[in-house]
Amino acid sequence: MTEATTKIELRDVRKSFGDKLVLRGVDLKVEKGKSMVIIGGSGTGKSVTLKCVLGLLNADGGEINVDGQDVCKLRGRKREEQMKKFGMLFQGGALFDSLPVWENVAFGLIHGKRMTREEARVIAIEKLKAVGLGEKVSTLLPAELSGGMQKRVSLARAIATNPDIIFFDEPTTGLDPIMADVINELIVQCVKDLGATALSITHDMASVRKIADDVAMIYEGRIIWTGPVADLDHSGNPYVDQFIHGRADGPIGRNTAI
Amino acid sequence: MSDFKSASLETARHISGRALDLCAMIGHSVMQFFGSVGRLTEFAGKAVAHVFMPPWFFKQMGRQFVDIGYYSLAVVGLTALFSGMVLALQSYTGFSRFNAEGAIANVVALSITRELAPVLAGLMVAGRIGASIAAEIGTMRVTEQIDALTTLSVNPMKYLVVPRVFAGTVIMPFLVLVADIIGIFGGFIVAVFKLGFGPYTYIEQTWNFLEWNDVASGLVKAAVFGFIVTLMGCYNGYNSARGAQGVGAATTNAVVSASILILIFNYLLTQMFFS
Ligand SMILES: Nc1ncnc2c1ncn2[C@@H]1O[C@H](COP(=O)(O)OP(=O)(O)O)[C@@H](O)[C@H]1O
Ligand SMILES: [Mg+2]
Repeated sequence: MTEATTKIELRDVRKSFGDKLVLRGVDLKVEKGKSMVIIGGSGTGKSVTLKCVLGLLNADGGEINVDGQDVCKLRGRKREEQMKKFGMLFQGGALFDSLPVWENVAFGLIHGKRMTREEARVIAIEKLKAVGLGEKVSTLLPAELSGGMQKRVSLARAIATNPDIIFFDEPTTGLDPIMADVINELIVQCVKDLGATALSITHDMASVRKIADDVAMIYEGRIIWTGPVADLDHSGNPYVDQFIHGRADGPIGRNTAI
Repeated sequence: MSDFKSASLETARHISGRALDLCAMIGHSVMQFFGSVGRLTEFAGKAVAHVFMPPWFFKQMGRQFVDIGYYSLAVVGLTALFSGMVLALQSYTGFSRFNAEGAIANVVALSITRELAPVLAGLMVAGRIGASIAAEIGTMRVTEQIDALTTLSVNPMKYLVVPRVFAGTVIMPFLVLVADIIGIFGGFIVAVFKLGFGPYTYIEQTWNFLEWNDVASGLVKAAVFGFIVTLMGCYNGYNSARGAQGVGAATTNAVVSASILILIFNYLLTQMFFS
């Protein structure tokens, strides 16, 4: 029954670096067409979780199913095919600093989808418009843009290939509240337009309420609570309560970052 | 008495503990050394394999040819010029002691083409190119640009490593050929304008004495050194640790390891060619 509607499923995913345990058995299910947001403190393994799904890091154990296929077992071309379903907005933007803005956006179209530069350029400019950037910006280098504009370009790049699944890693961190809200709205809009499944990371509660259908909280390398965003305020989970109200005192110690 | 005994026992235990620590440390380093040799070899194998597999990024490659070849001309040329000049001067002061000044042209030509041009060019390029490759790729690693490449369906080996290693290996022999000519010219200048040799005899001597082998062996060395420099730059950048410190360490390691490998391979290749 659930098979048809589950887009991404993580089962007991583990990952450590040296003797540092980061993921200690993450279980997570993202439904097709839904927007799931992972919340949790800094250094709790949120980015590592996304990178394991993308295959940028190899999980030490567990299963990661995308469309019912365990991607950890795929190698070479098959894995690359799976990767083409994904778009990713990186925490730091990760724009290619040697390429102008439009080529950054068009990169996946030119190299992944084998479009000509001219075709790709037209689409890139369209996508830049969708995130509120004019044609003038397209020839600038990323270093010439403000932080908010860089985030928008990264967003445009993440959605350029019309991916099935989009990951947003802390899309609003480091932005002022107004720009953060603009980005949140763009995310909601883009995901809706593409009909994509979204998995985002944030610790910005305004962002959670704006973009999430479902929320999962990660703590000490495990998902400790998950549910619809409407239940967030009465989750009955003391960890979640402490986190969403940003209290210093509670079950989450001050030095729990692993 | 027993005090003394227990004290010496304590010392013995302490020393043996230290010795064990030392053994463990050496063992660990040895394991680490072989581990990194293994990883480097795997990386080199991958880089070479990807040279022969499409897609190729010609634009990236073109940029590397310009960066590694064209922009290194000045520094390599200057190095060769002064090496040739100092060689002529040194061999004159040395050889005049047993009236063998006539051999200067030969010494200059031989030393430049076989040894100095490839080795010095290799070391200069290691400093210039190896460092910048490691810094650029290391920064891309740290800022997640390499991860971004992968998620955009581009293999970073093909996009970043192949263009650099290929361009470095192919262009180095040309650089060294230029260095050969400039180095011999440097010897010529000193011999003619300072030591009073006749220009025609000097050139004639050089031309008659030099064998095709001397130049060719230098060019083969150059290709190997070009491979080493670009590979070490890419490898260290690619595996850069996180943060600015990681990139700094990657840059240092790239230059140091490339320089040492150049000297080692220079010996091995010389032995292979001339024995
Ligand atoms: N490539 C890596 N090598 C070593 N440690 C890493 C690496 N990536 C992440 N870590 C460690 O894993 C932990 C979780 O990191 P991350 O997932 O980035 O945190 P966050 O939840 O803030 O996104 C951190 O302690 C970090 O230091
Ligand atoms: Mg993170």
